[in-house]
Amino acid sequence: MLGMRMNWQRWTMMLPALIFFVVFALVPMCIAVYYSGLNWDGISEPVWVGMKNWIAVFKDGEAWQSTLLTIELMGLCWITQCPLSLLLGVFMSGKQKHRAVFGVFYFIPLLFSSAAIGVTWSYILNPNFGLVNTILKAIGIGNGNENWLGNPHLALFIVSLIIAWQFIPFNSLLFQGGAKQIPESLYEAAKIDGAGPFRIFFSITLPQLKYTIVTASILILTGTLTYFDLIYVLTGGGPGSATQVLAMDMYKQAFINTNIGMGSVMAIILAVFGLVLSLLILKFTGFNRMDSQKEGM
Amino acid sequence: MAEPQALLNKKNYVRPQRKYSWTNMAFTLFGVIWLIISFYPVLYILMSSVREQNGFLTGSPTWLPTIHPTFSNYLTVLQAGFVHFFFNSLILSVVTVIFTVAFSLFLAYVIVRSRNSAVRTIFNVFLIGLALPIQAAIIPVYVLITKIGLYDSLGGLILPSIAFGIPLTLLFLVNFVRDIPNELYESMEIEGASDFKMLFHLVTPLAMPSIISIAIYQFILAWNNFLFPLVLTQSDSVKVLPLAVVQFQGDHSLDIPVTMAAVTLSALPLLIAYIFGGRFIRRGMMAGFGK
Repeated sequence: MLGMRMNWQRWTMMLPALIFFVVFALVPMCIAVYYSGLNWDGISEPVWVGMKNWIAVFKDGEAWQSTLLTIELMGLCWITQCPLSLLLGVFMSGKQKHRAVFGVFYFIPLLFSSAAIGVTWSYILNPNFGLVNTILKAIGIGNGNENWLGNPHLALFIVSLIIAWQFIPFNSLLFQGGAKQIPESLYEAAKIDGAGPFRIFFSITLPQLKYTIVTASILILTGTLTYFDLIYVLTGGGPGSATQVLAMDMYKQAFINTNIGMGSVMAIILAVFGLVLSLLILKFTGFNRMDSQKEGM
Repeated sequence: MAEPQALLNKKNYVRPQRKYSWTNMAFTLFGVIWLIISFYPVLYILMSSVREQNGFLTGSPTWLPTIHPTFSNYLTVLQAGFVHFFFNSLILSVVTVIFTVAFSLFLAYVIVRSRNSAVRTIFNVFLIGLALPIQAAIIPVYVLITKIGLYDSLGGLILPSIAFGIPLTLLFLVNFVRDIPNELYESMEIEGASDFKMLFHLVTPLAMPSIISIAIYQFILAWNNFLFPLVLTQSDSVKVLPLAVVQFQGDHSLDIPVTMAAVTLSALPLLIAYIFGGRFIRRGMMAGFGK
């Protein structure tokens, strides 16, 4: 009998996943802590400088700025994605045939890589010949030469809109699944009581979707933390450092300025940020509720 | 018990549904507007890709389809090495998915079937891997890959891609392997089946739908991955599609039709797969959520 005891076969089965994860993810994560104390360009002899990198990034405000921008982007992404995804999810869960057909088309942006989406939107938003300016000019809004991504006050917001364009299809799929689980009898009862569509939405649909809202929010927030591809292609962190979120800052420091130490400092901040975020989410939602949301899927 | 049910059944208690209420129409309008916002840019990519570069920046209205479509842009892109980049992407994605899913399935089996504290601990370590943004490990990964001489090779891309894909795949598969009833294992044990036999003849067939879902998800992730190729490769011989598209834009910054053809080609396999198996792809994307 094999039962629940370990044997050589089971140890063998565990090894590949374990080795890969330890060698290419876990150990590098720990080594990043060591690297953050180095003055090293990746080629010449590394010099141990202790906390100097850490003091530097916090003193000149770079770390704070990147962290704040990351939080700001998270907020923007939540506002642009969550309410719209919810409405679209409810829309797609409707029984009308055309709604399902719409859903098939809504999904398509998800098939493109962030890199391809970045390239496309950089053309659509081009100040000189971009589609957006051409259309705005044609319908008489503005003078038709707004530099959307070159404006430091607009750039981060525009980036969040493009991220929304890419990921609302995914989130609305979550809400569609959630909305389909709402028992029809609730709606029927509400109609008997004479509730109108708005009352039904706010008193039945919205409360019934609260776990889906939590799930979608978690995915939006944790996903935003590591968005890199799109920002790299669209703005490269600019203009100035208007869109230089943590992931972008880490890449720039390590691979453009070839400053492994500074890049690693940003990497650690990113990792700690992610861990704190996950712990906060767990604290406020709890494991049990996480389970019950899954049942709702 | 019967009374409320009877009430429900009586038609005259339910207000007659107006099929074309204004809220309903507003909601439909909302759906149509989003359809335009979400699908028009895709259409724009396709329309621009068959347009002539001549006159693109001036004159002709670019938001409409052209009356003289041309496929020469696609030829330009293919001649720029995209067939080669396509195969690089394919090799990277297929090999990564096979090993990620296989290794995760092995481990998922052991985690479900063992009451061993060391195994518990190992599972928890992988769960922490889910909470951490592992992209933060990219700098040491770059140094490591360089040190073992795999910088600028497909192997150097595949190894860390497998490692980074394991935590989510593992969590997803554990949830499914757990659902397999214990009696099935026990009856196979009585026949003297080994762990490997149970994995291949019991677990794998039963978990196949979920294996396919998570494999599709990991494939799309690997196909569209940008950070790893950006950091770990540099030469054309190992270039993958997302990187190729961005560099193509850099080389042809004002030639929008050609760049749009490159964008289309980079997503073409997924678009074709979506046309024929959209249901599976949507289910696969949902797998990324965990269950």
